[in-house]
Amino acid sequence: MTTEAELLAERRIWDPIETRPPEALRALQLERLRALVERVSRVPFYRDQFQRHEITPQRIRSLDDIRRLPITTKEDLRRHQPLGFLAVARRELARIHGSSGTTGRPTFVAYTAGDLKTWSDLCARFLVAGGLRPEHTAQVAFGYGLFTGGFGLHYGIERVGAAVIPAASGNTRRQIDIMRELDPEVLICTPSYALTIADTARELGIDPRSLPIRYGHFGGEPWTEDMRHQIEAELGILAFNNYGLSEVIGPGVSGECPARTGMHLQEDHFLVECLDPETLEPVPEGQPGELVITTLTREAMPLVRYRTRDIARIERSPCRCGRQTARMSRVTGRTDDMLIIRGVNVFPSQIEEALLRVEGTTPHYVIEVDRPERLDILTVKVEIHPEIFSDRMDRMQSLRERIGSEIQSVAGIRAHVELVEPRSIERFVGKAKRVLDRRGLHEG
Amino acid sequence: MKLQQLSLFLENRPGRLGAPLEAIAAAGINILTLSLADTAQFGILRLIVQEWDQAKRVLEQAGWVVSLTEVVAVDVQDRPGGLAEVLKVLEGADLNVEYMYAFSVRRGDEAMLIFRFEDPDRAIQVLKNAGLKVVNGDELFRFVS
Repeated sequence: MTTEAELLAERRIWDPIETRPPEALRALQLERLRALVERVSRVPFYRDQFQRHEITPQRIRSLDDIRRLPITTKEDLRRHQPLGFLAVARRELARIHGSSGTTGRPTFVAYTAGDLKTWSDLCARFLVAGGLRPEHTAQVAFGYGLFTGGFGLHYGIERVGAAVIPAASGNTRRQIDIMRELDPEVLICTPSYALTIADTARELGIDPRSLPIRYGHFGGEPWTEDMRHQIEAELGILAFNNYGLSEVIGPGVSGECPARTGMHLQEDHFLVECLDPETLEPVPEGQPGELVITTLTREAMPLVRYRTRDIARIERSPCRCGRQTARMSRVTGRTDDMLIIRGVNVFPSQIEEALLRVEGTTPHYVIEVDRPERLDILTVKVEIHPEIFSDRMDRMQSLRERIGSEIQSVAGIRAHVELVEPRSIERFVGKAKRVLDRRGLHEG
Repeated sequence: MKLQQLSLFLENRPGRLGAPLEAIAAAGINILTLSLADTAQFGILRLIVQEWDQAKRVLEQAGWVVSLTEVVAVDVQDRPGGLAEVLKVLEGADLNVEYMYAFSVRRGDEAMLIFRFEDPDRAIQVLKNAGLKVVNGDELFRFVS
């Protein structure tokens, strides 16, 4: 097995721009920011606000002037759906992806051919940093579809010149069969799925360490250092974290290098601020804040100061790997109540919406998220009261099934539904605390 | 002719069955019979008591969800085929049995069963027309006390 130190010593860096000195990088960012202000002036949402605040490219004199620019939120994107943020003509588009939304309706994200090329390069950067070489084969066990994970990584691997196995998500036994027949060196999936692969291999009587995988690139859901150690020990691999969100491009906003002391932000393409979510003022370096991202080079759907709702820390201290870019920590929390469960974004409001469709189930419920072994389990507990209680078991069973299927249809995730006795769910004065996340993902 | 049955929602975990039974006992109410339908996660406890309205109040005050259902008590010959005869009558009239359970006591050579029907009134008519004995509440409570 290649060690972290050996990989560091190889000093493989996909794009020399990653090692560009901070001053040169800042100059490039400023130049790109000005061009961006020019470009987004074609988007009505920005044009109106720029006119009101007399914002022109000439008035952007330093990177700090970014703070004169308006904030963009997910709600803004949703209000202008579909494709209200396009800065190019529709015919220029090469692809459209989507992210899960609170109402089950995706928020669409558009790409030009140039965006797709940039995206492939961004994925190539972290893939190469994490061991992928042109002679390798990589198995992608992410979903292929509107979700950006599958296609983003797929084209990144091709960009590096390695071979892709687009295994897509699911059917773990088949994933293991493919691995044993085709000997891929790299595995791409969610971290919890990597552990499922290890479990399934053991069930089949296969030592997970005997699988050919040497490197894993994991993302799409929050995970911990403990999980990394577990994945590495069980599969005998080096595991790397990467970060991204579909609204700004998908995976590739940042990714780990062999030093694995944070994920290098691709600052030539993204201007990333770390702000106090209440005041929207910058937090001191190294302190946790909300990441607010400006896409410096996106063509189809450039965004100015997009509030990610993700909380992380940003460090600018030099990295042992030689890259000069800033590094972000793992995402340690959210400034909204979004949960990521088995890689699916779930908002408590979606669960509420599902319950509203089943009469009489909303007054008292609670959402619990656990990770007892490997995989997240979403439990929705609903208190029984006279209007929904029946002495007939078939009615009670079908009530439970209806709740489950409404949640599946609204939130796209299977939930374990429990009917509970009255007054067994804690009562709150004021805003009810509906979510109990017990996965322990957000320490540190 | 119909009996009032109390049904309670219970979570399926240790100790949940004892609490409502204790509450009823503390009120001095005797349970004539009961049945429990359960899944891995929850159960429905069904009770027949004489003082059903008092029992319902006691249970609701203690925080349980209680529903009231009319059920039918039928005398069944306690010999092979006794129940089959009753069911044949019901089937012939296209009456669906939602659920049923046996009474814990028997008298002479008859056993008593509790039936839950969607339409108890029609069921009683059908059973009587077939010459079967439907037990009314007074008779039942006189017998057990």
